[in-house]
Amino acid sequence: MRAKDLAPPRLSGRLFQVWRRNFLVWRKLAIPSMLGNLADPMLYMLGLGFGIGSLLPEVNGTPYITFLAAGTVCYSTMNSATFEALYSAFSRMHVQRTWDAIMNAPVGLDDIVVAEALWAASKSFLSGLAILSVIWILGLSRAPTMLWLIPLTLLIGLTFGSLGLSMTALAPSYDFFMYYFTLAITPMVLLCGVFFPVDQLPPALQQVSAVLPLTHAIELARPLVNGRAPPAPIVHVVVLAGYALAGLYLALVLTRRRLLT
Amino acid sequence: MTLLHLAGVRKAYGGNEVVKGIDLELTPGECYGLLGPNGAGKTTTLRLALGLTDPDGGEITLLDKPIPRDGRNARLRLGVVPQTDNLDPDFTVEENLLVYGRYFALSDALIEARIPSLLAFAGLEGRARSRIQALSGGMRRRLALARALVNDPALIFLDEPTTGLDPQARHLIWERLKQLLARGKTILLTTHFMDEAERLCDRIGVMDQGRLIATGSPRELVARHIEPQVVEVYGEGAAQWESAHGAPCDRRERAGETVFCYTHDGDGVLRTLQGRADVRYLHRRANLEDVFLKLTGRDLRD
Repeated sequence: MRAKDLAPPRLSGRLFQVWRRNFLVWRKLAIPSMLGNLADPMLYMLGLGFGIGSLLPEVNGTPYITFLAAGTVCYSTMNSATFEALYSAFSRMHVQRTWDAIMNAPVGLDDIVVAEALWAASKSFLSGLAILSVIWILGLSRAPTMLWLIPLTLLIGLTFGSLGLSMTALAPSYDFFMYYFTLAITPMVLLCGVFFPVDQLPPALQQVSAVLPLTHAIELARPLVNGRAPPAPIVHVVVLAGYALAGLYLALVLTRRRLLT
Repeated sequence: MTLLHLAGVRKAYGGNEVVKGIDLELTPGECYGLLGPNGAGKTTTLRLALGLTDPDGGEITLLDKPIPRDGRNARLRLGVVPQTDNLDPDFTVEENLLVYGRYFALSDALIEARIPSLLAFAGLEGRARSRIQALSGGMRRRLALARALVNDPALIFLDEPTTGLDPQARHLIWERLKQLLARGKTILLTTHFMDEAERLCDRIGVMDQGRLIATGSPRELVARHIEPQVVEVYGEGAAQWESAHGAPCDRRERAGETVFCYTHDGDGVLRTLQGRADVRYLHRRANLEDVFLKLTGRDLRD
């Protein structure tokens, strides 16, 4: 590891053009992409929500499907950002060599990595927004506090986009991403309160859950969907932002080490 | 203006020094060819000049900017045609040019005004809306060249611009590069094709094992390093001929069944070959390839 790899990022305004490139590609395939992003979380939310919801009518005073809806917004935003930062960014970095082409122009690797993180956040923001609209249309919640979920999904997207990019920087091939899903994403889906309250878990697992970023996203989202202000919101925002910044910095250091030698 | 200046540039990967002290200065309007076998350090030298990797020693200036510190800004006025195709497969031909121009902070109006002439230059008129997958190898390389010109650069780097192309496609690329030189652009290219270097380049640097081992115009290199004529002798009698009549050769090399006879007295050599049924031969002027093989040897490099 060289000292230069650890330096703070040096960015130029041209990084916006890298974001714009990804946006332009997305726009061509926007409808299938949105449907793909929506179908999976919708099936979970409606299937489990009505199915399990009929067995346990209320969780902590709210209908199960509404309880699940808040978790679904967070987890589908996480998934969408993660897929973009892993598979799509890896294609651009390693398979199509799009990053190499961009680096021959007056755009630096730091610009590209930050633009990719912002893009993953933007794309997952759209999928979070789509789920929110469904919640509103189905009348699962019409609380005005739901509007706070709009900036929150952007933050969740940035957090998981940044963490995903640091994995991409280490990946020799697409197969590598299975480890990240098995060791990080799936445990988060099951331990962070998407499907059931975290306090149902044994204490040891609750402690694990408390340090995972998705828990903090859901701690913010669930009260907001239920029309209440979350207790201690600053702590959760700081944890998410901390993961975002640490992930982004790690992604920068690792991609510099990988590509600028 | 300093186009490109390298002084004592060195680069090692894990203890293996691949660039061992390169000095190079480009003069405006010239074509400089870095000629070398695979693994000679040509591509690493280009990456160093672009500021994409840090030198372990030496000084680099590209378009008046110190490298690697200010590489990003230096590349504002540079065009690069990379060795491997990295056109954007998600876009059409014209979108590739538009999106690439935006990386230079050019306005869409300016880029769109340039696209027709870039497509004409690349011989891709009528292909503006084609997908990249529908283009032949030669078309892709020409599009990569057009893409490198989107910012109207003063200096263009080309890394093995015609590797893998058929003769028609190569000649078309050469034609275009000559047009660019005629317009006053400066070109730095790497190649391992002697005819390419000889045709296009005013100056050549022969690179081997990380060093520039000879520089000069193609003609100078031939005059300085090698005898003016070559007789290649092959066939079953070649070895016998060599031991009996090798004398008129100033220098001889064997490669398999063939004897390369480098000489100032081609006619003298030919007289010893006349009437022999057991050999065939080819008499020609010495060229850059002979210089290259003399300087870098005949051993395989991969």
